Amino acid sequence: MKLRKIAVTVSLAAIGLSAALTAPATFAAEEQFFPVLSFRTGAYAPNGTPWANGYVDYFKLTNARGGVNGVKMIWEECETAYATDRGVECYERLKGKHGGATVVQPLSTGITFALTEKAPVDKIPLITAGYGRSESQDGSVFAWNFPLIGTYWMAADVLVQHIAKKEGGFDKLKGKKITLVYHDSPYGKEPIALLQERAKMHGYELSLLPVAHPGVEQKATWLQIRQNKPDYVFLWGWGVMNSTSIKEAQATGYPREKMYGVWWSGAEPDVKDVGDGAKGYNALAMQHGAEQGSKVVKEILEKVHAKGQGTGPKEEVGQVLYMRGLISAMLAVEGVRSAQARYGKGKRITGEQMRWGLENINLDQKTLDGMGFGGVMRPVQTSCLDHMGSAWARLHTWDGKKWNFSSDWYQGDEKVLRPLVISTAGRYSEEKKIVRRTAEDCKK
Amino acid sequence: MFYRENGQFKTTYKADQQAFVIPQDRWAIVAIVVFAFVGVPLLVDEYMFRAILVPFLILSLAALGVNILVGYCGQITLGAGASMAVGAYAAYNFLVRVDGMPALAAILLGGLVAAAAGIVFGAPSLRVRGLYLAVATLAAQFFWDWAFLRIKWFTNNSSSGNVSVSDINLLGWTVNTPTDKYLFCLGILVAFTMMAKNLLRGNMGRQWMAIRDMDVAAAVIGIRPMYAKLTAFAVSSFYLGVAGALWGFVNLGSWEPAAFSIDRSLQLLFMVIIGGLGAISGGFFGAAFIVILPIFLNQMLPLVGGLLGLDVSIALAAHVEIIIFGSLIVFFLIVEPHGIARLWATGREKLRLWPFPH
Repeated sequence: MKLRKIAVTVSLAAIGLSAALTAPATFAAEEQFFPVLSFRTGAYAPNGTPWANGYVDYFKLTNARGGVNGVKMIWEECETAYATDRGVECYERLKGKHGGATVVQPLSTGITFALTEKAPVDKIPLITAGYGRSESQDGSVFAWNFPLIGTYWMAADVLVQHIAKKEGGFDKLKGKKITLVYHDSPYGKEPIALLQERAKMHGYELSLLPVAHPGVEQKATWLQIRQNKPDYVFLWGWGVMNSTSIKEAQATGYPREKMYGVWWSGAEPDVKDVGDGAKGYNALAMQHGAEQGSKVVKEILEKVHAKGQGTGPKEEVGQVLYMRGLISAMLAVEGVRSAQARYGKGKRITGEQMRWGLENINLDQKTLDGMGFGGVMRPVQTSCLDHMGSAWARLHTWDGKKWNFSSDWYQGDEKVLRPLVISTAGRYSEEKKIVRRTAEDCKK
Repeated sequence: MFYRENGQFKTTYKADQQAFVIPQDRWAIVAIVVFAFVGVPLLVDEYMFRAILVPFLILSLAALGVNILVGYCGQITLGAGASMAVGAYAAYNFLVRVDGMPALAAILLGGLVAAAAGIVFGAPSLRVRGLYLAVATLAAQFFWDWAFLRIKWFTNNSSSGNVSVSDINLLGWTVNTPTDKYLFCLGILVAFTMMAKNLLRGNMGRQWMAIRDMDVAAAVIGIRPMYAKLTAFAVSSFYLGVAGALWGFVNLGSWEPAAFSIDRSLQLLFMVIIGGLGAISGGFFGAAFIVILPIFLNQMLPLVGGLLGLDVSIALAAHVEIIIFGSLIVFFLIVEPHGIARLWATGREKLRLWPFPH
């Protein structure tokens, strides 16, 4: 009898709660809402957690700085566990809240693909800072996708440029063997198109070794590497796959100095557990690396963490993936700022206005210095046709304790990237029967 | 009182052979279907449609397919996700490679291809049974996972292995709003459920059940095991293939092979076990349990925590969600091993006797 009573009470409470949940939330006009799709659980949690911490912390910092012309940032987090269907559910749940989402950052190539179809209908732009689909740089076809400050194609291009420089010129690459060890998913397959294009140009031999999710089983992969003895290994890994790769390289005796990871394979969680074994391992730093010394990190520690409002542990502030989240949020906030400049300062920005804002981001060195990002990244300027804004990157190397920059800045080669972007985007527009936006449409 | 069939006399064979013999049942089903078609679109919002109802309908269809094979024919399968993948990718290929192919035809053809693949991978069922068969069907799962990741032809040479489909067009009706998608899936689900209901109480369904209950005895009374088992694999894979095509075309719009991984196969098997093996309604209950409950918990936990004055972080909520969900599965399996459908049947029996139970 008692149990039944409890059951009835609980179900009544649940009904009441769901009623409270669906009741329209009242919102003040000067709040800007950001859905946060994060993955703090599952196989990739070590990489997803610092990103989400950095992302949320920047909104807190923006509010501590007084918002964007007085407009406060509000956000709500939703756990996707890196699963596409849960990600889509999160998107649907959050997109209409608090007067509508400003911009969505899916943080997964799979979710990006799914949301690319929905964004034009819902009129909510997608920022995929450094990930997502590389051809979406073409803003005339992908009107709502913003792979700001870098794509996987650009990343692969920079890595090839770097080894060419090390070898003493692109002509020296002829006959060299490069192996790509990649996570077998849309994410891992992204760089293949570009690496093949470059292989045709320079005559290096590219072999592709996929690793199945989640990537803890790589014995066969590294056996092949031992037999094949490639001159360089590119690592497009993910979460636990990265540290496994490095450990396997150690076990097979493949020099870590000849291994180059993409930025998802170049953060603290990837190498920390291997420690000294990962010494000499290189990874791409998409603009920033670990930036504990930067002004913006100090400001966050002082204005957010010192007041006990920080997200996540204080020691992780300024780490590579934390910075990635931070910069992703900064680009979103700057998109709001540039949209406000056109549509009214101190006003809430809609998704459609936000798109204009993102297409007109212009962060010069002075602005970056002012925001505390001096030395962290280079200027960014987007346009209607170029949704990437900056194609610069550098490399950093793990010294056993921390990441140190080990190269100059490189710029992704437009002559290689652009034709690939245009042709792939063109194929997409034909498939979807999308009419390319013209210069006229851009002005709207 | 509510379910008493006293005084209902059937005077013709036709009346005796109806799909729903008891008028109360018949009217309840009609009422539910009418409500689903007319009432629901008026009541719920976009989020409900796109995030809950459409996945629920499609997975119900898939669970129905699994139930035909596992619940009615007794052949355990762990390759359900693979059949969905075959349906989805086959439908995609029909759509992009054949000019002017209507989407609905592509979806149904995808189902047929999945049925053919199901027959091939169902062949081991003729020699192995039970758990051994489950292991053999895993081969289908791994083979198709591999094929769609590696063979570029299947994904129309997409550089990342991801394929996408634009809006579905059906005789001038463009299925693009959430309500359209819901009605489209609901229509297919209702048609397929009626088909299953009739198939299962007909000759073929009786053969399957005979095989399930004891295949040697079934063979003795003249049922051909090969025919019965392979038709069960074919029909089940057809349902799964159509569900897979819908999952790709309508629910996701753009998908990768990971959408139909081994996790999906296990999820479908859990659905029919929790929902009720050998009951059509079992698929619906199971799908509701597995699709809706995690999302409900995910949204409720922070609120409940808030009421109790606790700050439930997103990560904690996600973990607690998994714990509660897992415990509920165990709870249901202990308290009602025959699934939620059996609970429903018991409830119906109680309603029949109420208010004078003996």
